[in-house]
Amino acid sequence: MSAVPAVELLWWDGCPSYDDALADLKRVLSEEGVSAAVELVEIESFEQAASERFPGSPTIRIGGEDIVPPGDGEPFTLTCRIYRLRDGRVSPTPDPEDVRAAVRRAKEDT
Amino acid sequence: MIAIGESAPGFTLPDTDGVEHSPQEDGITAVVFTCNHCPYALAWHDRLTQAARDYPDVRFLAINPNDAERYPGDSFEAMKERVAQEEWTMPYLRDEAQDVARAYGAQTTPDIFVIDGEGRLRYRGAPDADHDDPALNAAWLREALDALLAGEEPQRAETPPKGCSVKWKS
Repeated sequence: MSAVPAVELLWWDGCPSYDDALADLKRVLSEEGVSAAVELVEIESFEQAASERFPGSPTIRIGGEDIVPPGDGEPFTLTCRIYRLRDGRVSPTPDPEDVRAAVRRAKEDT
Repeated sequence: MIAIGESAPGFTLPDTDGVEHSPQEDGITAVVFTCNHCPYALAWHDRLTQAARDYPDVRFLAINPNDAERYPGDSFEAMKERVAQEEWTMPYLRDEAQDVARAYGAQTTPDIFVIDGEGRLRYRGAPDADHDDPALNAAWLREALDALLAGEEPQRAETPPKGCSVKWKS
């Protein structure tokens, strides 16, 4: 099994996408042979969203880096995050292949 | 909060052109609480606009009830910009006071309420079972509309709404 830096999933309970995102993340980590515990961080206030630089739920960070970096000027707030799948569709969760690419980058950098 | 079979609250709200809209008095109305900033609402949007196109005898009313102070992407101006940029098949109404959303008990965006010609709630919930599967084509909503148009009871009158929480003003 490989190791990668800390894997975090930041979430807010006003958005129901957390379970799907966590399932995708764990599946990709397993498929990539990575032994990493996922630290779950609940964001509960606008103040915490600002201090954690939380652009919305869910946000996945590996080694402190957002796997899908938010655009310039994107607010840090309690919201559901808008992702684009690789086929162009809007989704409340990142494309699993984007998750996989981030995990592979982290493996290469470790 | 209204239950299936109960009278739905009446309302009049302005659309992005300032034109006021209300539910039909003698026909079916689909009230769709939605917004600009929610990925679930956006993922289901094309299916709902297609349903509005496919059911010309049903009045579709999209309503954005979200707090625009905390969520400026849901401001009236942002709604106008979106309608100008996209093809909308239903008016997009602003519930600035959030009174309509509160009266209906809207929980998420989207959250759909279908009202019959007597003003009673006949369907409430999600468009279909999966925001991530466009092939489902708003099947739950269409089933309810087909039943009502045929003078029958919707077999599935209530489904769990799924989406982003309505952003209430503090």
